[in-house]
Amino acid sequence: MAAQKPVLRGAEIFVRALKDEGVEYVFGYPGGAVLHIYDELFKQEEVKHILARHEQGAGHAADGYARATGKPGVLLVTSGPGVTNAVTPIATAYMDSIPLVVFSGQVPKHLIGNDAFQEVDAIGITRPCVKHNFLVKDVRDLAATIKKAFFIATSGRPGPVLVDIPKDITAQSCEYEYPQNVEIRSYRPVVRGHPGQIRRALKLILGAKKPMLYTGGGVVLGNASEELREFTRTLGYPITNTLMGLGAFPASDRQFIGMLGMHGTYEANMAMHHCDVLIAIGARFDDRVTGDLAQFCPYAKIVHIDVDPASIAKNVPVDIPIVGDVKSVLTDLNGLLRENPERAEPQPLAEWWKQIGEWQSVDCLRFNRNTEVIKPQYVIEKLWELTGGDAYVTSDVGQHQMWAAQFYKFDQPRRWINSGGLGTMGFGLPAAMGVQMAFPEATVACITGEASLVMCIQELSTCLQYRLPVKVINLNNRYMGMVRQWQEFFYDKRYSHSYMDALPDFVMLAQSFGHVGVRVDKTADVEGALREALKQKDRLVLMDFITDQTENVYPMMASGKGQHEMHLSPDRELA
Amino acid sequence: MRHILSLLVENEAGALSRIAGLFSARAFNIESLSVAPTEDASVSRMTVVTSGSDQIIEQIHKQLNKLVDVIKVVDLSESPHIERELMLVKVQAKGEVREEIKRMTDIFRGRIVDVSDNTYTIEVTGDGAKLGAFLQGLDPRQILEVVRTGTSGIARGEKAIRL
Repeated sequence: MAAQKPVLRGAEIFVRALKDEGVEYVFGYPGGAVLHIYDELFKQEEVKHILARHEQGAGHAADGYARATGKPGVLLVTSGPGVTNAVTPIATAYMDSIPLVVFSGQVPKHLIGNDAFQEVDAIGITRPCVKHNFLVKDVRDLAATIKKAFFIATSGRPGPVLVDIPKDITAQSCEYEYPQNVEIRSYRPVVRGHPGQIRRALKLILGAKKPMLYTGGGVVLGNASEELREFTRTLGYPITNTLMGLGAFPASDRQFIGMLGMHGTYEANMAMHHCDVLIAIGARFDDRVTGDLAQFCPYAKIVHIDVDPASIAKNVPVDIPIVGDVKSVLTDLNGLLRENPERAEPQPLAEWWKQIGEWQSVDCLRFNRNTEVIKPQYVIEKLWELTGGDAYVTSDVGQHQMWAAQFYKFDQPRRWINSGGLGTMGFGLPAAMGVQMAFPEATVACITGEASLVMCIQELSTCLQYRLPVKVINLNNRYMGMVRQWQEFFYDKRYSHSYMDALPDFVMLAQSFGHVGVRVDKTADVEGALREALKQKDRLVLMDFITDQTENVYPMMASGKGQHEMHLSPDRELA
Repeated sequence: MRHILSLLVENEAGALSRIAGLFSARAFNIESLSVAPTEDASVSRMTVVTSGSDQIIEQIHKQLNKLVDVIKVVDLSESPHIERELMLVKVQAKGEVREEIKRMTDIFRGRIVDVSDNTYTIEVTGDGAKLGAFLQGLDPRQILEVVRTGTSGIARGEKAIRL
């Protein structure tokens, strides 16, 4: 006879379901509508709750945890302002396809629609920025809904799923059983790519004279980095990664020709423009990548592999679409390559590499290392050297983000954690908390700027509470650097509201939160300061680097221009 | 080009707003939308009339399919199909025009479904062009109220959209 199912209260069901789902950490912030749940969390130790200082911080922390581990991030917030504060992290995760399961408290069922205290239409507010959301209307549906939420968040093209739970449901009881499997008739993501399409694609790929691999965040999310490496090395083709895809292919490999896009390398963008076969894998032809669509890859036949059919031919027409999980499709392609000794003709490929070599010789990322005032690029370059390229690096949004992407050479996936799609300032520090929580022994650096950092500065308190020794690299140029750069270029140097007046003393700020603060204002001191900070394995160190205020991010493809129309720094224009 | 998309959707609260929200968020056109449950109470059938280039229609199709509540999407305009829309019109019908309006209703195979001393309420079904023609035939000063359901559609022949 089957064991009798336990009868549990909704709040107990919630905690049991998380355990059964294998959840280790829940990031959150309590409030009235989730008090029953918090009471149950208090009574056990398996599911650990991490208390942030703001729901936005909790959300980004859960997101950072998900990006670094590949497991879903879990966020728990209360109704009303709890969930509205979580909207930014939910939208951040949505734009970058990060598996996040968000639980929001809701006012009791009988009060819904009554403008009750701390009531907000969480389903309505989050609808456009979640993969799916649920309102639980019956305690008997709670366990199955949680199962569905995790399944939807982590399968197909991942994304955030919100489950809104009215308070009365968490007090009601029913029999508990966590479903083993989930079947949703309207949701069946494709896994295997079409074998005929895969063979057609391979034929085109092997016939290329100027091939180019362009891979994105989908390779990282799909854990297909190993398969991509085999594929790329077998073919011997040049490869570029998007901002979201960095680390999927080792940046130190000679086949890697840098990031592409608005602040990508000259060689990557030129190779994109001139290639005859473009192999896009887990990338979505974002406007920051393509530039002017009318001028995009004019000579190329395009193969596009993506798990999301809606990403294919959304912005750019595709010759051979393959819908499927990138890991599965790359495994199939690698299998065919092993069976088939045929490769691209060596002579045209050698000429193509020679051409790429010429573009590379422009040295588009060159900057002056011999200045007294600190160049931000130099700090990142040193961080890369001193950490052996093996740190987890989170960033905020703006110039420092682009420099981090350009100068920290990621050799492994899931090491580069940034808000690429939504571009959320305030992301870096809380995301670093989530990463450090998952990997307590690892070096986790948050590369940020003084404008971004203060957007979630309250999380320094969380870092103290949980002893998270994040290394905060504040590239402090007293400007919203990227805004200032655009104002310099496109608004005749009218620096409208991009100047950070009345900044705090970041050293004292760090100290007041119980951390170590250091100010560095000379190039000669950069390396020493970084070395010292990295030695402090158990302390958070906030390094305030006073950097060159006028430094701009180059090269640059201006918005609306083609990939072949890049600018180097003003003192060196291209022929 | 104009397209008629037929959808099978989970009959759940929120499904309609997800679909309507998708159209507004992605700036897709929506000419009409009609929805009601089917013989299976758990499923609603929805007909969306939209327009756009082939590329846009392909995106609408794919984005609709991506919604978790959407079970199936079929573009009816790709093959022979029947379109119908129901319209109710309240018109002023006094004196000599009273007879004339009745005659016109007969020509369009409409029915007068309600009568008062001064008004008729007329029911007409057909495709959008026919309903438009009927309205054109009336003197605009006589029209008091127009209610249209939006288009419903079904494929001709043996093809059926089912789970």
